[in-house]
Amino acid sequence: MIKILHQVFRTGIVTEPLPPMVEAEMVEIGGELEEIIKKRFHRSLTIRAIDAGSCNGCELEIHALNNPIYNCERFGLHFTASPRFADMLLVTGPVSINMEIALRRTYEATPPPKLVVAIGDCGYNGGIFGESYASIGGIKSTIPVNAYIKGCPPTPTIILKGILELITLEKPYAAQSFHPR
Amino acid sequence: MRTLINNIIGIEANLDEKQYPSDIHAHLVDREAFRDVAKAMKANGARLVAQWATDETLFARGFGIYACYGKGREYLIIKAYMPIEDPTFPSLTKKFASAYRFERQINSLMGIVPVGHPDLRPWIKHEDWQENAYPLRKSFEPCEKITRVKGNYPWITVGGEGVYEIPVGPVHAGIIEPGHFRFSAVGEDIINLEARLGYTHKGIEKRFESLSWEEGAKLAGRVSGDTTVAHSLTYCRAVEAISGCHPPERALWLRALMLERERLTNHMGDIGAIANDAGFAFMLYQMSRLKEMLLRTNQQLFGHRFIMDRIIPGGVALDITQEGKNEIIAEMDWLSKEFERLVTIHDRNSSLNERLINAGILLPDTAKELGVVGVVARASGQGMDCRVTNPFSPYDQIIPKVTVFEEGDVYARVWVRIEEIRDSIRIIREILNNLPDSKIVSRFECPSPNKDGFAVVEGWRGEIVYWIQSGLSGEISRCMVRDPSSINWLALEQAIVGNIVPDFPLCNKSFNQSYSGCDL
Repeated sequence: MIKILHQVFRTGIVTEPLPPMVEAEMVEIGGELEEIIKKRFHRSLTIRAIDAGSCNGCELEIHALNNPIYNCERFGLHFTASPRFADMLLVTGPVSINMEIALRRTYEATPPPKLVVAIGDCGYNGGIFGESYASIGGIKSTIPVNAYIKGCPPTPTIILKGILELITLEKPYAAQSFHPR
Repeated sequence: MRTLINNIIGIEANLDEKQYPSDIHAHLVDREAFRDVAKAMKANGARLVAQWATDETLFARGFGIYACYGKGREYLIIKAYMPIEDPTFPSLTKKFASAYRFERQINSLMGIVPVGHPDLRPWIKHEDWQENAYPLRKSFEPCEKITRVKGNYPWITVGGEGVYEIPVGPVHAGIIEPGHFRFSAVGEDIINLEARLGYTHKGIEKRFESLSWEEGAKLAGRVSGDTTVAHSLTYCRAVEAISGCHPPERALWLRALMLERERLTNHMGDIGAIANDAGFAFMLYQMSRLKEMLLRTNQQLFGHRFIMDRIIPGGVALDITQEGKNEIIAEMDWLSKEFERLVTIHDRNSSLNERLINAGILLPDTAKELGVVGVVARASGQGMDCRVTNPFSPYDQIIPKVTVFEEGDVYARVWVRIEEIRDSIRIIREILNNLPDSKIVSRFECPSPNKDGFAVVEGWRGEIVYWIQSGLSGEISRCMVRDPSSINWLALEQAIVGNIVPDFPLCNKSFNQSYSGCDL
């Protein structure tokens, strides 16, 4: 136990010693994000991640949002196990033929109002997998999408930034095919 | 093994000359002898590495069925042709358990029937696809649409008083890939687990056939996002084998450097995630911090956090500077110290280890029977590592240490990873201290028609196999991908029996199989 405590105190809060460039960006994004989440989502924006057939690359970066360095929970971003509790769906793709029905059902199980963000180049248009007998293509082929965060895979910072830009829009729920800068 | 095959088939004349590299022997046998060879291989203690089918109608050879056997450092490919009007072959499932799903997949996607197979339910293809959709056949257009039909997938059921089923997935609670698991349980004890995968099937093998050789390396890098380096490396080695391209020495060393960095990041993540599933979140956050630092260095030095698209046919896409080298060496010193502190904490935490020891045991005999590979195999007494048995430079000079445990439980799988991290750090240091000077890419010429290339590489999960055939005009005609998960998923179903349902996430995480790499 003493070793664990020692390691905890020795490590400190790792959010501090980030490279200055990223840190500046994170504080800026995070601060704004927190304000909006407080105002619009009563302190917590709950996200359900769905893999609709991706290669697992985007999942790794969504995972990284939860690591102590990005620590997305400090801004009120929280991942949930059930679509019933979700305000937002983060969907990675291409939509595979075998996930199409499950994706649609998960979307329907999410109570409105809901936001859908497609992650990655594949979520946008199928990426390198394109459209084929097995890959239906981008997420839009199956469910309505509010915003796209492109990249192969997009880095955690880009994902955070994209989420922020979407929810700071005047009418995020009305957004269609919004592309963050 | 070669003497053995000569005894069975009789003559060297059956040697297939179009198989590269030339030390991988391929033998053509009659369809009827396909199972006899398997029988002899089994008796000789070989394992079934992969089994796949080809549509070679454009070469006027009908369909081809291939089985690759491995023993020690030797790989042997046995193939047989089938006429178009009678696409059947004798099933190997009763000889080799790992053939079970390979053959179901061949049956589902190529429409070739393994005669004598005990269970021909569709695999990867789901029950709601139209019956006659065989996407891997040449007559099937890549963009042809599948019509959904009403289908039924008969699950394996367990009878008896108090037995109930728990269906899980395809959308899971965590941020993971989709798959369906069906548990039959009594109380909390698992009697049977049946996995049904295929949810991330996006037609990768078919997609290869419409890409150029260079684009193929990119697609291979996206077969499984966490194994991007190892997959694109295996693909490139198979392609280079056919085209006779020899990457410069420095490129080979840089490839090994990238491969070891991938092993480090994934093993770190796994150790943390396994501990987290046993309720020890501290380890997850500590390990994911180390992992994030490694990814950032990747971004800085290789321009991508997971080093995607940096391995290309003929070499690597970018070089490393002296400053970059120094940076990695300094990072390894820092990382090693941090890691060892965490290992001590992990080791001394008895409540954590109570959960890991004796959970999800895969006995060495079962592991051998199933022919499992990689971390899972080494934790169950199978001392195999392609970096040692089939090395490319620099692994012939910097020999990796193969850590083997006999216990086969979650704890053993954690410790294999711990030892491999330690060894990877050593390998990375040695690579950087002895990195040869040369170009980083050789001229790559596209392969000539009608040749087969084969390559194996030890990714962080285990042995990855690619087999590529060039077509009539020198294009990619068939690209077979075998991720370690294709075999190891079977082992998870065996290891979980007798455990309690709440321990499934823990056991599953200790295997950490790829869904995308298995579904393709």
